[in-house]
Amino acid sequence: MNGAVKVVSALAAALGLGFLAWILFVVLRHGAAALNWTFLTSLPSPPGGSGGGLGNAILGTAIITVLACALGVPVGLLAGVYLAEYGRGTRFATVVRFLANVMMGIPSIIIGLFVYAILVLPTGHFSGWAGGVALALLVLPVVARTTEDMLALVPNALRESALALGSPHWRATLQILFRASRAGLLTGVLLAVARVSGETAPLLFTALNSPYWPRSLSGPTANLTVTIFNYAMSPYPAWQQAAWGASFIITIGVLALTVVSRALARERK
Amino acid sequence: MVRRAHGRAPLVAEGVFRVVALTCAAFVLVVMAGLFVVLLVRSHLSIHRFGWGFLWSDAWDPVRDHFGAASSIFGTVASTAIAMVIAVPLSLVIALFLVEIAPPRLARELLAGIPSIIYGMWGLFVLAPLMATHVQPAMQKVFGTFPLFSGPPMGIGVLTAGLVLALMVLPFITAVARDVFALVPPVMKEAGYGLGATTWEVTRKVTIGYGMKGLVGGVFLGLGRAIGETMAVTFVIGNDHRIAASLFASGNSIASTLANEFTEASEPVYLSALVELGLILFVVTLVIQVLAQLWLNRLGRLAGNRS
Repeated sequence: MNGAVKVVSALAAALGLGFLAWILFVVLRHGAAALNWTFLTSLPSPPGGSGGGLGNAILGTAIITVLACALGVPVGLLAGVYLAEYGRGTRFATVVRFLANVMMGIPSIIIGLFVYAILVLPTGHFSGWAGGVALALLVLPVVARTTEDMLALVPNALRESALALGSPHWRATLQILFRASRAGLLTGVLLAVARVSGETAPLLFTALNSPYWPRSLSGPTANLTVTIFNYAMSPYPAWQQAAWGASFIITIGVLALTVVSRALARERK
Repeated sequence: MVRRAHGRAPLVAEGVFRVVALTCAAFVLVVMAGLFVVLLVRSHLSIHRFGWGFLWSDAWDPVRDHFGAASSIFGTVASTAIAMVIAVPLSLVIALFLVEIAPPRLARELLAGIPSIIYGMWGLFVLAPLMATHVQPAMQKVFGTFPLFSGPPMGIGVLTAGLVLALMVLPFITAVARDVFALVPPVMKEAGYGLGATTWEVTRKVTIGYGMKGLVGGVFLGLGRAIGETMAVTFVIGNDHRIAASLFASGNSIASTLANEFTEASEPVYLSALVELGLILFVVTLVIQVLAQLWLNRLGRLAGNRS
């Protein structure tokens, strides 16, 4: 019985791993075939045409992701600071913590819908800004919760020594506690970035997509994930091939971020 | 005078920082409340026009402006149910493996880290053709003319969507199950081993006994994810507004309908009906998440680590 269960468990785990390997293999094989210098640097080809690339979408995804971090990370960090340092034990903090957990589980397409209603409808057009805001709303609860957890791990003695030396609480937080939990905070931020950089649904009604270089963020902005969606559903083999190339770039990017953040977390221990 | 100003500056800074941090925390509340209010306001037109009947009408006719959520709700429930039936037992077994025998981590996180659109690509270009040429014909051969497996094997459809979803929620349920199993006090397990129990006996009588409640929380988290998953489902479900008895038939889910039709909806009522679909999805996932969090919090307290 004992042996049988061990075998079944190991088989199930191997099955999960097998699917992971299968998906990665398919993406790498099809994706590598699509990649070349033109693909990375030039504009897309017209429907049905071949050649061309997704340089604009790569740049757009990078810009939108950076924007999402610039908006979401500071707010998330400060919310986490409030939960861990100022509001600890208060009813308000308990409610915020609970809602942040719940917010992490809200489908990302709902966030897209929300941002569409508050930014795209009033301004009258899809925009890179709206895409960045939608992703920022996904970053926010993840960073807030990680920050709180990481600050809670800092020994109280450190906090008290800083305060005893006359340092104000805000300074102690930013200069002493943040430094002590630096690796953990960075891990949280990187995991959040990894998560949102592969998101598609929140961008569908916000950043939309565009066949041009992103010149300004106030219009539809090219990005890799929506491009994958549009191209994969198209009847043109060249576009489907390009969708694999884009999948390759996104997958490598997200996995690299995940691995780096994990390596950082291990270093901390 | 000067001294006083100097003495007060740090206090001002502290106050400002505190208020800014508080505002950021309150922002989470504002967003959650805003989500509900905005979706409610924007679906007003549809709610007013179709009333509660929206929930069970299977009409979806953009030309005559008549809409109902039934087909989307049906597809969401069907694909999620398939996913859970496959993923729950499997992740339970994997979690046991992870906690009792092997060291955890990286693979699981990589699986959870792959963007959903990549699952969609794999589902559409690899799994669906495989289902159409091998799996579905084989199932029809085995089960005969059973209505659940009738119709042409097209590859895409509710069953394929359920399979891809199962693969996607697997890491999430596994992660929670593993964490819950890891909460079992080592003393309990050691006592079991001390009495001469095998790994399996300790697992069955101690770990699962202790962890059963945590599993419920994990299953709920996985459920919340599966219901709202958009891209992976949109790629493979077929995107067809109908309710069919066959698992091979194409269908749609709330999220896939939104992804496909939202940017094309030009009529105000059409747009409003789509937002109302979003509102339904939001409320359902909200309820699931709240229940899961309450449940897991309670367990955490019982296990003695307040969080």
